[in-house]
Amino acid sequence: MIEALRSAMDVSLERDPSVIVFGEDVGYFGGVFRCTAGLQAKYGEARVFDTPINESAIVGLAVGMAAEGMKPCVEVQFADYVFPAYDQITQEAARLRHRSNQQFTCPLVVRMPTGGGIFGGQTHSQSPEALFTHVAGLKVVIPSTPYDAKGLLVAAIEDPDPVIFLEPKRIYNGPFYGDHAGTSVNWSSHPAGEVPEEHYTVPLGKAAVTRSGSDVTVLTYGTMVYVAEAAVKAAGLDAEIIDLRTLLPLDLETIRASVEKTGRCVVVHEATRTSGFGAELIAEVQEACFWHLKAPVLRVAGWDAPYPHAQEWDYFPSAERIARALSKVMED
Amino acid sequence: MSKVTLSYPHPPARPDQAPDFSRIDRSAPGALDVPPLDITAQDCWPYAVGLIRVLDDDGQAAGPWADYLGDLTADRLKQGLRDMLRMRAVDQRMQNAQRQGKTSFYLQCTGEEAIGCGFQRQLGEGDMNFPTYRQQSLLIAADYPLESLLGQLYSNDLDPLQGRQLPIMHSARDYGFFSISGNLGTQYVQAVGWAMACALRGNDKIAAGWIGDGATASNDFHSALLSASVYQPPVVLNVVNNQWAISTYTGVAAGRSQTYAARALGYGIPAIRVDGNDYLAVLAVSKWAIERARGGHGPVIIEWFTYRAAAHSTSDDPSAYRAKDEAAAWPFGDPVERLKAHMILRGDWTEDRHEQTWAELLAEVAEVQKRVEAHGTFVNPKPVSPAAIFTGVYADMPEHLRRQRQEMGY
Repeated sequence: MIEALRSAMDVSLERDPSVIVFGEDVGYFGGVFRCTAGLQAKYGEARVFDTPINESAIVGLAVGMAAEGMKPCVEVQFADYVFPAYDQITQEAARLRHRSNQQFTCPLVVRMPTGGGIFGGQTHSQSPEALFTHVAGLKVVIPSTPYDAKGLLVAAIEDPDPVIFLEPKRIYNGPFYGDHAGTSVNWSSHPAGEVPEEHYTVPLGKAAVTRSGSDVTVLTYGTMVYVAEAAVKAAGLDAEIIDLRTLLPLDLETIRASVEKTGRCVVVHEATRTSGFGAELIAEVQEACFWHLKAPVLRVAGWDAPYPHAQEWDYFPSAERIARALSKVMED
Repeated sequence: MSKVTLSYPHPPARPDQAPDFSRIDRSAPGALDVPPLDITAQDCWPYAVGLIRVLDDDGQAAGPWADYLGDLTADRLKQGLRDMLRMRAVDQRMQNAQRQGKTSFYLQCTGEEAIGCGFQRQLGEGDMNFPTYRQQSLLIAADYPLESLLGQLYSNDLDPLQGRQLPIMHSARDYGFFSISGNLGTQYVQAVGWAMACALRGNDKIAAGWIGDGATASNDFHSALLSASVYQPPVVLNVVNNQWAISTYTGVAAGRSQTYAARALGYGIPAIRVDGNDYLAVLAVSKWAIERARGGHGPVIIEWFTYRAAAHSTSDDPSAYRAKDEAAAWPFGDPVERLKAHMILRGDWTEDRHEQTWAELLAEVAEVQKRVEAHGTFVNPKPVSPAAIFTGVYADMPEHLRRQRQEMGY
């Protein structure tokens, strides 16, 4: 996925001289996760450069540049570090088009590695997507495959509005099925690990059905797509797994079609449960599909506690927890 | 007993006390020369702690900054005076309109007119200001149509922003005026970003950031200064030090820093402090700073030393926290009166012409106001369509907003 993200920025820098990439350690070194490796050497310091450790400056500068007509794609080193920039993202970038009646717009992308599973403790593991889906004017994207990562990032860079682009860091190098003690798998063995070199986009606002099924619908995104796959396999159910890909705007049509078919739904995310994005999903599902539902919609999420270090695998939603929820919705 | 005590800064005078500005150093005009455009921060100390002045108490222009400005024509001075008077007329009329309930909110810039009026007249086409809510003077001096200015204040169909923003939060791209946020400080660093974009495009345009003394305390002030120092974009960063942040004395934002300008030197950015009530000093230093930025010498900070003569806003009553008549005691006077005295001294102006011009401008604003009010006020509301709530949230309206708009009935 790292190469896919790099390729997305590469083709975008190549095609559009107004695209510009910056953030902490992204220039000479190429980013702590190597997502921008080689881009400065290829496009020069004026297009790809390092910034001070100051997220409000990274995004604040990007807002000014985007308003002028550039297309900044900036990196916040970890989603956990985005909060100094929260003011710039939610009060400035998100509203500029609206409040200026379209005199000024803000076509920028804020990339950030999100989620846990890497023994990162509470400052390298959080999943703050709901803090952005609550903000009018933003788009919120989270890919789960290298192919989508590239196509979605290119689409985000080309989008005329600000996009929060969350990168599930646990699956940077390969899919993760929840077996943290097992051997890691890399993307080369996965069909969606194949990434074309040329320019393409995956449209924002469209979910993907990653597994068709008729028993129950699983709504999820990011790393949990794979953990859910493992859970479905373990539960021996014919579940339909929907990878939302874009959380805002939400692809309600795909969700509705699936839940109307299955009549059952489980929502899975890493982020803490209370007021998490799952709450929004369940509210939409019950409003749109109430008369098709055969059982209450369940949530499997991170516990409502700070993300732990040593107890990571007691905290991270496991395939077993998801399987239990699947079995429970099948009981009714 | 502990030797440690905390400090809580206090203004020189509170409501029950006489105004006291005796601590302010009033060095004479001409005390500071005009530094070279490529001056470095370390050579800027005298300019950062001193005060650039051109007009003396008698209205005489003197010193190297007066020479730098060269011979100004009578028309140029009249333009400056008319800008300031027009600004004052708009402020006066709109303050009254708010008191009459015709709009929800207003905020005057009384006493600070010279800063925006002078600075704007030195900018070029395509340069961009990132103003705070007290720089409406930039719009006046950019010859922004009063119909649009007042339409925004009444949120009627003449409002270019279709009622989305609180009155005074203007946006006028074609007049070099960035959309005002209202969250303080945020736009200071955006100005640096815009200036970086100008540099990357090589378009010879500059950006100007604006912030008040109070908001220099915000994190984005640091973000802006650091970024400007690192990347050296063509940006002029203005600090309008008007002594008060609503009720909070400027010392609470300054701490033991000698001046706000001096604070910039630690970032390696040249800084200069100016009598903001001296229209000629404003013109001279703006010219210098803008030329410096456009000439590729990097960022510069200007601290405009002034006094907020009016209340913070129509929601504020300064008699509750500051000395009565403090504005009248301000040692650098009133910018309109000072320019007027200079013009009279030059033989370009008379008291009668001044009175006549003021009356004309008040009448002009009143006439526009009447026309704009016909399009709706808070007393007689004719708001723009509620559907405007949903347009422009995104370039293309997503499905969920379309559904919500339908739910609202539009």
